[in-house]
Amino acid sequence: MVAATPILLAALGELVVERAGVLNLGVEGMMIVGAICGFAAAVETGSPVLGFAAAALGGAALSLVFGVLTQFLLSNQVATGLALTLFGLGLSALLGQGYVGVKPPATARLDLGPLGDLPFVGRVIFGHDWVVYLSLALTVAIWWFLTRSRAGLRLRAVGESHDAAHALGLRVRATRMAAIAFGGAMAGLGGAYLSLVRVPQWTEGMTAGAGWIALAIVVFASWRAGGVLIGAYLFGGVTILQLNLQAAGAAIPVEYLSMSPYLITIAVLVLISARGNRRTLGAPADLGRQFHATR
Amino acid sequence: MIGLRKRPEPSRAWAWATPVLAVALTLLAGGAMFAALGTDPVAAIRTIFYDPLFDPQFAAYSRPQLLVKAAPLILIATGLAIGFRAGIWNIGAEGQYIMGAIAGAAAGLALYPVESRAIFPLMIVAGAIGGWAWAMIPAILKTRFNTNEILVSLLLVYVAESLLASMAVGPLRNPEGGGFPGSRNLARWDASANPELIAGTGMHWGVVAAMIAVIYAYILLNRHITGFHIRLAGQAPRAARFAGVRPNRMIVFCLGLSGALAGLAGIFEVTGPAGQISIDFNVGYGFTAIIVAFLGRLNPLGIALAGLLMALTYIGGELASFTLGIPVAAIQAFQGMLLFFLLAVDVLTNYRIRFGREVAA
Repeated sequence: MVAATPILLAALGELVVERAGVLNLGVEGMMIVGAICGFAAAVETGSPVLGFAAAALGGAALSLVFGVLTQFLLSNQVATGLALTLFGLGLSALLGQGYVGVKPPATARLDLGPLGDLPFVGRVIFGHDWVVYLSLALTVAIWWFLTRSRAGLRLRAVGESHDAAHALGLRVRATRMAAIAFGGAMAGLGGAYLSLVRVPQWTEGMTAGAGWIALAIVVFASWRAGGVLIGAYLFGGVTILQLNLQAAGAAIPVEYLSMSPYLITIAVLVLISARGNRRTLGAPADLGRQFHATR
Repeated sequence: MIGLRKRPEPSRAWAWATPVLAVALTLLAGGAMFAALGTDPVAAIRTIFYDPLFDPQFAAYSRPQLLVKAAPLILIATGLAIGFRAGIWNIGAEGQYIMGAIAGAAAGLALYPVESRAIFPLMIVAGAIGGWAWAMIPAILKTRFNTNEILVSLLLVYVAESLLASMAVGPLRNPEGGGFPGSRNLARWDASANPELIAGTGMHWGVVAAMIAVIYAYILLNRHITGFHIRLAGQAPRAARFAGVRPNRMIVFCLGLSGALAGLAGIFEVTGPAGQISIDFNVGYGFTAIIVAFLGRLNPLGIALAGLLMALTYIGGELASFTLGIPVAAIQAFQGMLLFFLLAVDVLTNYRIRFGREVAA
């Protein structure tokens, strides 16, 4: 569960962004900036909670750069997303200079009382920190928001056909900017989970492709919240299995084991994509398209 | 109220002016960043952009470095730009670069210690094939299974990095290296070395290859039917299909070409400036080349200029970290910023800015 949570958080954010019709390839950049913002804030204040809050803010701030560029200056979303990743990697390395080798304050495990004492199940399901449960709650909340709420309906309308949504008087840009900021905050949280809980330390480039895997998981999930949950936990399972095999001293060299999560992600992408075209997969129709109201 | 109106045609003047404007804005923002880091912004910018070229103390060393650093960037960016023009996003050039280096080095090391003039060309061919083959994975998955090439090519970068690590400690390790990871030094083995062709210029075979690639790409894009098809496929995919462009062949061609060029860059680098296969001999050229491609407006000649400029930021950045204590990471942030500004001011090419409220037409 610990391996899956950062990717779950980032992928949930990206899910909302893509449902609003925006393809933000900067997840990796926002995650790593979140990782260092969260780490720095947690170390300076001694409070992991403030760290996570700072990470969400940092991720959102960075994503707003993407938002302004793509929504107001009409830049290419693919290129801008990549720029965001490249910039984020540089910026985080810069900010993280003084934090290499520092230990962050521990994030408290949530004490669920007697539940945690249950044999086996207790440790696996009830023995985690609060962020894990937050991520699960957010999955449900986002599912509810997207499928059951009026605001979610509007957001999906903007993603499916911005022109129609605009004609109906929905505010396309504002909706997309909000979605982008939310996606950034979620990616930031995911990054902070990596640096504060998963690894507990700061190293340059520590996200190591987690942001890209989050993007792949959104495709895997056919743009559904439940699918994102399954995808993230499948990936988390593979990562843990691979690490356990390494620890157990399996006959396969470490390098081959550590590339397996990426290979499996690719294999899953192939399986999913082979099933059909964009439409049947459930991708929002206006995903990645520029919106410019010509009134 | 500031509004945007679409120009009937992209402005040619702005298409040339925007990269310059973006560089200027980056200098301003970069200066602010350096000031925030506590260094004198004027001195920092001067050290990065002026000293490597004109300072009597450093220029003798850094001027040749310019070509050394620019060559791989130009090679990779040229290939990427052709794909980007066609709307094919190969983001995994870093992986293809690594695989080219591994394949080429393996081909050479298998023949060690034979001394033959044929070995270097053989390694170059193997390097190009290595990069090409690695790019074929996203290409085939895309054409067969409609898999997103952006994600696959990118995830393959991490696979290639792991493979590189396993090669450096495994099959390609120098048996005389005392157990340290890393291969034999290819630059010191005459048959495989990629030396400076003209002393003091930094010009090695990779630079020659980059020049050829730029010229060939220019001809391809501007004077050849394939280039027309590439542009058509990028601008109007449906029209391209009616014009007889087969999207799958286009994907295979563009990804293969950019993969092969990235692979070439890899093998030239590993036989020359880097010298050996080591766990982290790759330094992100594959990613920086994306910036170079955009900065050069996806135009081969522009890319050559952009590659030189980007090489300057690398060299100047090293110099600045060495003389002024600016962290090297600042340069990466600086380069990312450049791409941001470039994309931001691009709006001027395609849109006219209108001030005041528009009268509804």
